[in-house]
Amino acid sequence: MRPDLGRITMSNFTRRGLLKTGAVAGAGLAMPTLITSPLAAYTNEPTGGSVTLGFNVPQTGPYADEGADELRAYELAVEHLNGGGDGGMMNTFSSKALKGNGILGKKVEYVTGDTQTKSDAARASAKSMIEKDGAIMITGGSSSGVAVAVQGLCQEAGVIFMAGLTHSNDTTGKDKKANGFRHFFNGYMSGAALAPVLANEYGTDRRAYHLTADYTWGWTQQESIQAATEAKGWSTVNNVLTPLATTDFSSYIAPVLNSGADVLVLNHYGGNMVNSLTNAVQFGLRDKQVNGKNFEIVVPLYSELMAKGAGENIKGILGSTNWSWTLGDDGTKAFVKAFGEKYGFPPSNAAQTVYAQTLLYADACERAGTFNPCGIAESLEGFEFDGLGNGPTLYRKEDHQCFKDVLVMKGKENPTNEYDALEIVEITPRAQVEYAPDHPMFAGGDLGQCNPGA
Amino acid sequence: MNTFSKADKNTLLFVIIITMLAPFILNPFPEGSAMAQFNAGYPDLMQRFAIFGILAVGFNILFGLTGYLSFGHAAFLGVGSYSAVWMFKLLSMNIIPALILSVIIAGVFALVIGFISLRRSGIYFSILTLAFAQMSFSLAYSVLTPITNGETGLQITLNDPRILDGGTGAGNLPVTGLFGMEMRNTFTLDVGAWAFQFNVGYYVCAIFLILAFYLSMRIFRSPFGLMLRAIKTNQTRLNYTGLNSRPYTLAAFVISGMYAGLAGGLMASMDPLAGAERMQWTASGEIVLMTILGGAGTLLGPVLGAGFIKYFENIFSKINDNVLHTWFSFMPDGLENAIVWVLHFFVGKGWHLTLGMLFMLVVIFLPGGLMEGADRIRARFGRNKGDGDDTPNATTPAE
Repeated sequence: MRPDLGRITMSNFTRRGLLKTGAVAGAGLAMPTLITSPLAAYTNEPTGGSVTLGFNVPQTGPYADEGADELRAYELAVEHLNGGGDGGMMNTFSSKALKGNGILGKKVEYVTGDTQTKSDAARASAKSMIEKDGAIMITGGSSSGVAVAVQGLCQEAGVIFMAGLTHSNDTTGKDKKANGFRHFFNGYMSGAALAPVLANEYGTDRRAYHLTADYTWGWTQQESIQAATEAKGWSTVNNVLTPLATTDFSSYIAPVLNSGADVLVLNHYGGNMVNSLTNAVQFGLRDKQVNGKNFEIVVPLYSELMAKGAGENIKGILGSTNWSWTLGDDGTKAFVKAFGEKYGFPPSNAAQTVYAQTLLYADACERAGTFNPCGIAESLEGFEFDGLGNGPTLYRKEDHQCFKDVLVMKGKENPTNEYDALEIVEITPRAQVEYAPDHPMFAGGDLGQCNPGA
Repeated sequence: MNTFSKADKNTLLFVIIITMLAPFILNPFPEGSAMAQFNAGYPDLMQRFAIFGILAVGFNILFGLTGYLSFGHAAFLGVGSYSAVWMFKLLSMNIIPALILSVIIAGVFALVIGFISLRRSGIYFSILTLAFAQMSFSLAYSVLTPITNGETGLQITLNDPRILDGGTGAGNLPVTGLFGMEMRNTFTLDVGAWAFQFNVGYYVCAIFLILAFYLSMRIFRSPFGLMLRAIKTNQTRLNYTGLNSRPYTLAAFVISGMYAGLAGGLMASMDPLAGAERMQWTASGEIVLMTILGGAGTLLGPVLGAGFIKYFENIFSKINDNVLHTWFSFMPDGLENAIVWVLHFFVGKGWHLTLGMLFMLVVIFLPGGLMEGADRIRARFGRNKGDGDDTPNATTPAE
């Protein structure tokens, strides 16, 4: 068999040769050692004048709005990396490795896919990007379930995964992977930032009722906020899990009224949160008096798109976000300007997250001088930077989680337009939301070793 | 074997050749050309073709032969996947024990669900299976979270026991394999501008598809298959002859459930993750679509239908506006934008729309599915050429 193998790679072929090749390939199946990947240093090593990134976002399903905004930001980032537009945050970024000539001199191209907010579909889409389109990095996603699934796939395939919108503790906790990095904050940080504000505004003897999206994000978000509020003296009446696909939450809201709780915590995101909050307001929860106090609703994880979807109902409701376009630093201003000029409205914090991650990835390649995932991981680990909109930021080596300030937001009473629905209550400093890498809520995982594939 | 006609043997040979040469056939366009977007010859999609082919072939044994329309086959697919992943976690990364367990567990599930559902026929049977599938989905999604890991999906982790493999040390997750052959291994053959990918996982799936196809062919041509067809034609008359038809339908149901279990097990073997959405009713509906689109009751139809739907899902959904603009960039700007604006609704996230329209066209103009189209074409050209050898068989459907 071995001498025959040389014939396979011959570039000029005839019909007969083609048939023979087929036969050889078929026979080769019985000889596993012959079938090995071609010689490349790492998966999808770019050889031509361009490099392909894979943007895997939900274009259908409950998180489709977030996905659409992420895609806009990705397109903007690619434009800036290739030297188009005004450069956006590349001008304010503290690392100056990016020159606006693509990444390492190669033009940046991209492919897109639809995760459908389903682990299966997301993995299929990511796989086709890696296997068919030769993507060197996968990024995106608006659900922690999907992020965990795709992160696992990228680890196996040997490409870098920049996680996008994922807020579950597990993404950099028990499901953390050496090839995956997360720029977004997480459930623990939301709890740590939100609890002091809640205690200030609503007092320390509150009774909370939780409705929680039934998947990895909901579980860890609920656990985090419960622990943080209980530390401030609150008690927890009940925690009810709701399926992600639920659209009508009436049957979950009704029992809240008779539970003796005086705060409802909605551990919901995207379309889920819009629906559950609307249901809760329709049931008149916010006009109720329980235990002699005003009934309050809390949404631990906010986004501009959810605020827009929920309209009037979010007025006065507290929550946390990763970033807001109303921040006043230079990075934010530059990004909001570039995004606004291209699309005509301000970006969401999902958009800022994925834009920053794309720049960070490109910058890491430049500093490492290679597209090899191991080199990139090394230059991202422990990387401290500024100028991407969140103030001084650290990518921690131990768990690939990003640490930066967290915003506590509140629904505005008198919004001037539909994009101005949230106002900043407090910028929680980074020190207050930090935790040890072996914190119990993040325990049980192992980064493993970086995998360059091939 | 003497029950097979010449046409049958040709069909089987056709399937073998097509599946073995799929990496060539599905990759007709050179790398880097504008048409490369339509290439389907990459491992993940080829594996899906074969796996959903098995699923549809199995479904066809039930629906095509007995006429019982099950709306719950995705449940067996999901059960198969979960069983396989548990085997990877507990026993070994070798796919053989995983596949064996998934077929057995899916068979047991099918026996229970079939025993109850088959007390009714027609629409009531369909609704019963749908109800069972939705129950399984809900169980997997929330109630049985410790076994299924809910929405996140069941995955292998570094600290699983894996008794036969002796566990895994620190470092990277192990990969699924068959006695040392890793499923993900791919050999790339560069011929000029083309790059053909030969993937171990695909060929494993393809061999299972051929075996599954051969088995279904034997069932179609057996006395058992004839009995199933009698049930489809007129069950009441069959009952009046004093024959109890239920054991036959139950057997068909369990066999087709085991096929689905095998498909689920293979899916997990190619990519060790099992998610609850695999069991959702939309997934069950997809199987029905595949079979009807390809041609229910024909041997080859379901495989074609499965390939058709998976092709749309994976290729059309990835064409975005950017790609459209590059295609039509030779046109004047206004016209280009107009065309892109129209096509925008049919590609990317709009792929369902394209598929839906094609499905309608097929159902209206080719009620027998793609196979009817193929037969019509063959009949027309066969006659024109006057090919005496094959025509008598060619005009009769492959059924």
